[in-house]
Amino acid sequence: MSAIETIHMDDHDHDDHGHHHHKETFVTKYIFSQDHKMISKQYLITGLIMGAIGIAMSILFRMQLAWPGESFPVFEAVLGKWAPDGVMDADIYLALVTIHGTIMVFFVLTAGLSGAFSNLLIPLQIGARDMASGFLNMLSYWMFFISCIIMLSSLFVEAGPAAAGWTIYPPLSALPMAQPGSGMGMTLWLVSMAIFIASSLLGSLNYIVTVINLRTKGMSMTRLPLSIWTFFVTAIIGVVSFPVLLSAALLLIMDRSFGTSFFLSDIFIQGEVLHYQGGSPVLFEHLFWFLGHPEVYIVILPAMGIVSEIMAVNSRKPIFGYRAMIASILAIAFLSTIVWGHHMFISGMNPFLGSVFTFTTLLIAIPSAVKSFNWITTLWKGNLQLNPGMLFSIGMVSTFITGGLTGIILGDSTLDINVHDTYFVIAHFHLVMGISALYGLFAGVYHWFPKMFEGKMMNKNLGYVHFWITAVGSYGIFFPMHFVGMAGVPRRYYENTAFPMFDDLTDIQVLMTVFAIITAGVQLVFVYNFISSIFYGKKGPKNPWKATTLEWTAEVKHIHGNWDGPIPEVHRWAYDYSKVDENGEYIIPDQDFVPQTVPLFEDEEELQH
Amino acid sequence: MTTVLTLAVLALVAVAIWQMTKIFELSQIKNEDSQIANDEDNRYNGYLMFAFMVFTYAIAIFSFWKYWKIILPEAASEHGVEYDHLMVASFIIIFIVQFITQGLLHYFAYKYRGKKGNKAFFYSHNNKLEFIWTIIPVVVLTGLILWGLFAWAEITDINDEDDPLIVELYAQQFNWTARYAGADNVLGGANVRMIDIDRANVLGLDESDAYSNDDVLVKELHLPVGRKVNFKIRSQDVLHSAYMPHFRAQMNCVPGMITQFSFTPTITTAEMRKKPDVVDKVKRINKVRAEKAANGAGNSDPWEFDYILLCNKICGKSHYNMQMKIIVETQEEYDAWIKGQQTFGQTMVSAK
Repeated sequence: MSAIETIHMDDHDHDDHGHHHHKETFVTKYIFSQDHKMISKQYLITGLIMGAIGIAMSILFRMQLAWPGESFPVFEAVLGKWAPDGVMDADIYLALVTIHGTIMVFFVLTAGLSGAFSNLLIPLQIGARDMASGFLNMLSYWMFFISCIIMLSSLFVEAGPAAAGWTIYPPLSALPMAQPGSGMGMTLWLVSMAIFIASSLLGSLNYIVTVINLRTKGMSMTRLPLSIWTFFVTAIIGVVSFPVLLSAALLLIMDRSFGTSFFLSDIFIQGEVLHYQGGSPVLFEHLFWFLGHPEVYIVILPAMGIVSEIMAVNSRKPIFGYRAMIASILAIAFLSTIVWGHHMFISGMNPFLGSVFTFTTLLIAIPSAVKSFNWITTLWKGNLQLNPGMLFSIGMVSTFITGGLTGIILGDSTLDINVHDTYFVIAHFHLVMGISALYGLFAGVYHWFPKMFEGKMMNKNLGYVHFWITAVGSYGIFFPMHFVGMAGVPRRYYENTAFPMFDDLTDIQVLMTVFAIITAGVQLVFVYNFISSIFYGKKGPKNPWKATTLEWTAEVKHIHGNWDGPIPEVHRWAYDYSKVDENGEYIIPDQDFVPQTVPLFEDEEELQH
Repeated sequence: MTTVLTLAVLALVAVAIWQMTKIFELSQIKNEDSQIANDEDNRYNGYLMFAFMVFTYAIAIFSFWKYWKIILPEAASEHGVEYDHLMVASFIIIFIVQFITQGLLHYFAYKYRGKKGNKAFFYSHNNKLEFIWTIIPVVVLTGLILWGLFAWAEITDINDEDDPLIVELYAQQFNWTARYAGADNVLGGANVRMIDIDRANVLGLDESDAYSNDDVLVKELHLPVGRKVNFKIRSQDVLHSAYMPHFRAQMNCVPGMITQFSFTPTITTAEMRKKPDVVDKVKRINKVRAEKAANGAGNSDPWEFDYILLCNKICGKSHYNMQMKIIVETQEEYDAWIKGQQTFGQTMVSAK
């Protein structure tokens, strides 16, 4: 069937829906919903809950780092037998950092961010009634949900959850005798991730098909908002790289359970030689990072798209260099698949490969730099409306630059030698992909909250408090951390005081932990704001931010099919903010934006952006 | 020291709370009941953006002033000097870019804060400008890449020129063993399948291999200053990483394969202990340890600086304490030390 036929059938199908609604039960509306708006909310809320768990874990191990070996009642309360007398056990410390990483990278920033906003915005911004397949979309969410449940249930296993680091390098992750977490906990981790990958693939395929096939009339690829471009490209990266992680997970399962030797060789542990022969852990590292590196772009690209969109709207200016932005997104996507080796400079792989990966890695700095400059220029001579979403967008650019710049050091195979696996790396990636992507998530929530919850808006003052304390706190945690790394402190150390070398770093650890506690605490303001606004939020205007894009022309009340009438037609790009005619007057008198649905006026130029 | 920091943090929290109440206050004066930013919000957040720009500079300066002293002392290996130069050059570039971009970003956010009636400038693209800021990173990065790659090629070129000392680093949960190749400077063959704990052949050396007879197994790494060392690195169980931060050296230990790293130590332990920044660091640490001792805590004896080999790849419960002392000494001291060690052959005989 050709694409065009599909569109027609789909249009026909949904026009009917617009007029008479299906009778919906509680189950079909709130639980097994096939409507992209509801699925997006499900993704967001699940992601936020997982995020709360992940952040809480980070507070626990930050406390252990600042006050090593001290007894805290909270440890005993939360960790139970793993914190005898309130002193955290070394095994559970590793489990906490492992699950914190897994949850934040996959469950919050991949599924929570991409799942929530791709689902919400793709149909609404391209002018479609829904996703290409509502059923697969529903399936994708529920598989994600199951993988969350399995991952969380692994916390309650007798020997503890997976504890080999979120990268689960074998042999540590493959041998139950190497650490307790590599027993049942690791099995559940692998099963959970396998289901997660399936979920992610279903979602990604759906996004790709929807963007390619279901754009409304007039919505050419070069008229798409940048948010859609990033969701689209993110989905493509996901489809290319996630299956490789699945194969790595499957091979690891076989090594663990069926005695194969894909990743294992020559092992003597606990007094006996194991039979494994001929495998290589380095192979696992290649497979893992073939996904693992694109993964960080899967995390950051949607945040970039969200930020580009919000920044243009709130600057009342077009995004600067629209085509350069698209080119950068495509360049980042391509390069992201050929840089994975920079995680493995000192893994024992051939040093010549290291040279190649250094080259490709530093190349990726170029499109990233272009994007940053373009964002800054977008602010220039704007009329900035400093809504909470806009503040988080500006904050995202700030942390992305700060974190990205240290990538120049880590991406250089020579310089990586001495900072590899130290706190320098932790500081780098938390700023560039952790904090930045979270800022993108927050920006998106503040900005599109009215679209998600039928016109209700979040409280802006609480939003300001949330942003400013988070912004100061994040730098307070991660800026000093670079120095800890340059002092040579390795990551994943249960305590840094077992030998004297790092004894003078206790002060700085305390400082970072205090900042972490404050910053985590202020997220409660967001939680309160989010929940109370769902129920008691004030309704704003239909198009509260005066944006040009299609989602604000859709009905405020959620209906299946999004638009009550026909789907709007698009006549211009998404960024006609403050466009003026020859006399310097706005094209539409007294209105500084021209919605995409407004046809070109006579003698108006559609600029070559 | 901790008190000062705690006070600083408390002061920061106080400022934050003050700001919060201020925001609430301001918002209450003109309560328009709208959740969309008005001119007042823009003005106030614009000022905060300016303040935040100052904050980003301040925290950078504060960190350098306060924490520069904690970073590793000067490199104690030949290639480490080049490494440090490249690091400093990269840092200078990073800080120039950071200073300019953060400044522009936050200054624009402050300068162009919205006001009713203001008109934004419709500015969609400028090919020349975009070309310029594509080409600048290209040129700068090309320089850094080339520099880095030449250094990398040199560091990773492990060869037998200049009569290197051959040493095996052997990792297991959770300790290190070093094996010297002995008088013939050739390591005997080894495999985990030949490990015989009962006979103290813990590294799995091939007893029938003549080369292994004179190998020396030790728990403390001694290196003669100025002589190239080629490390052959093995692990018997899980991944570890041999991290020697003072020498700017690191290589993973991978079960099933032998990885390599090579460097030439240039500063003896005794010399390093006399360097002013090392003296300062030891003083600071011993102050902390004296406090600990006063509080009756264990592990609080005074410390003397030593080079160290750390495990830097998560390897299980005691990963955080898997380390070995490294001593760099003069050739004579080294010769005297190695002479006093038992060879593998001798230990096997005495085990029988």
